[in-house]
Amino acid sequence: MEISSATADSPPPPAGGTRPVERTKPAARPGDRIFLALSRGSGILLLVIMAAIAVFLTVRATSALSKNEGNFFTTFEWAANGTPPVFGIAVLAFGTVVSSIIAMLIAVPVALGIALFISHYAPRRLATPLSYVIDLLAAVPSIVYGLWGALFLVPHLGGLYSWFDDYLGWTGILAYHDGAARSLFTIGILLAIMILPIVTSVSREVFLQTPRMNEEAALALGATRWEVIRMSVLPFGRSGVISASMLGLGRALGETMAVATVLSPSFEIGKSLLDPGGGTFAQNIASSFKESGEIGKDALIASGLVLFVLTLLVNGAARMIIARRKEYTA
Amino acid sequence: MAKRIDVSGLSAFYGSHRAIDDISMTVEPRSVTAFIGPSGCGKSTFLRTLNRMHEVTPGGRVEGKVLLDDENLYGPGVDPVSVRRTVGMVFQRPNPFPTMSIYENVAAGIRLNGGRVRKAELDAVVEKSLQGANLWKEVKDRLNKPGAGLSGGQQQRLCIARAIAVEPEVLLMDEPCSALDPISTLAIEDLIGELKERFTIVIVTHNMQQAARVSDRTAFFNLAGVGQPGKLVEIDDTERIFSNPSVQATEDYISGRFG
Repeated sequence: MEISSATADSPPPPAGGTRPVERTKPAARPGDRIFLALSRGSGILLLVIMAAIAVFLTVRATSALSKNEGNFFTTFEWAANGTPPVFGIAVLAFGTVVSSIIAMLIAVPVALGIALFISHYAPRRLATPLSYVIDLLAAVPSIVYGLWGALFLVPHLGGLYSWFDDYLGWTGILAYHDGAARSLFTIGILLAIMILPIVTSVSREVFLQTPRMNEEAALALGATRWEVIRMSVLPFGRSGVISASMLGLGRALGETMAVATVLSPSFEIGKSLLDPGGGTFAQNIASSFKESGEIGKDALIASGLVLFVLTLLVNGAARMIIARRKEYTA
Repeated sequence: MAKRIDVSGLSAFYGSHRAIDDISMTVEPRSVTAFIGPSGCGKSTFLRTLNRMHEVTPGGRVEGKVLLDDENLYGPGVDPVSVRRTVGMVFQRPNPFPTMSIYENVAAGIRLNGGRVRKAELDAVVEKSLQGANLWKEVKDRLNKPGAGLSGGQQQRLCIARAIAVEPEVLLMDEPCSALDPISTLAIEDLIGELKERFTIVIVTHNMQQAARVSDRTAFFNLAGVGQPGKLVEIDDTERIFSNPSVQATEDYISGRFG
């Protein structure tokens, strides 16, 4: 009796065997805590910054829009500093979208060709230096492209444009009326050269990651090199190529200095893409910012907000395209 | 359908390294020949020389002759692409095209080989090939689902269906069951037994019971030492290799006494 009561009253055995079992929650290690706080903090900070930018843009934009006497979306004019202020983004939106589309049409096929050549056709001796050169192109500042475009590209495009005019002039949009080639099409060509490196190097990396066994599957069926690319490399790289193109498109939409240097801006939409004139969001902001008053600056911010939304839409669309065939990407 | 393979004096290289040395053998049509031997002895390399896949590896090079009936696969002017159309291959890990449906996977080779084919014709070939690979019953209601969504064993049978859809003369299998569970393995082994009615089959395997179960003839490969090229030790009827091989090294390997 005495013995049993003694055992019942005795405190739980100290130390040794039972202690690790009782402690069900693992101790939070200081390193984990610090890292968690840091990463969570950075995440929150990013959201706060984004929200702050959005609020700033929206507030300033609204203040300008409330004073606008024209229609923000359809007016072909930018006189935000006048009394009353009249401004609209029609020309800017047209110029931005059209020059970027031209850039994509030229750059993406060329970039895919270069990327495939480097990843699957070129001997290694040639592929490595070629990759370097392409990556180097991305490091050239955009003002240098702008200067090159204005001083070299513009004077030399007359011949090409006359050729377009001869054969495609009847379409109207490619008619050329002998002037300086400071047109949206020239901008498109320049932007194409500027986004070529990023599209190329991202696509190349994706193509190089094609699993060896997928390529061998095609080879063993008796596929030629092109068929291997078509059956295994391109399907595998599809979403990567779309991301690469979107990165390029993002750059083309927002490109400022090169466009501002080359384009002779005007607030009308020419009948032909080869006519000088037009404008883009970023170019207009860069060109008009210094001479703008309070309302003028707010109006430019409003146009910047539209560019921001446009970029968001493009990215969203790209994500949808990628997600649609997710089932098939192993 | 089903041709004899006659290999003489074949060596394969990776750059300057000789991976297999001076191999000669004959593989009979409509039979299963198994390659066994320790890892790194060059069985897979040798298998890949039989459809000219070895030279796809950077630095890969082959010397010697491989006769398919009377045609030398390494003869001048022979297009490796057309060789691979007559000599099909199944790999160690199932590798269906991840972006293609089950149907498209099987049809892939025909679309390459024949260009345009009528839909009805293609449907018939796909069904026949999937039946040939004992997969038809399991997938006939989801031919348009991605091939990568099948189980490992089903994927491997899909790869076999893809390979036989183009009616090759020879089917090479590089450890086709090593990534599969025993039940899927059994399914593939049964299939090999059926396929040998129509094709010449060469299979590399690490599983000696498998070699004993599925093959008519067995070739034992070994290497003399580290860095030495792999060699063919002997090739004989499977029964004889597993009961009374003529070379001591073969018996040591099969009974687990080596090194």
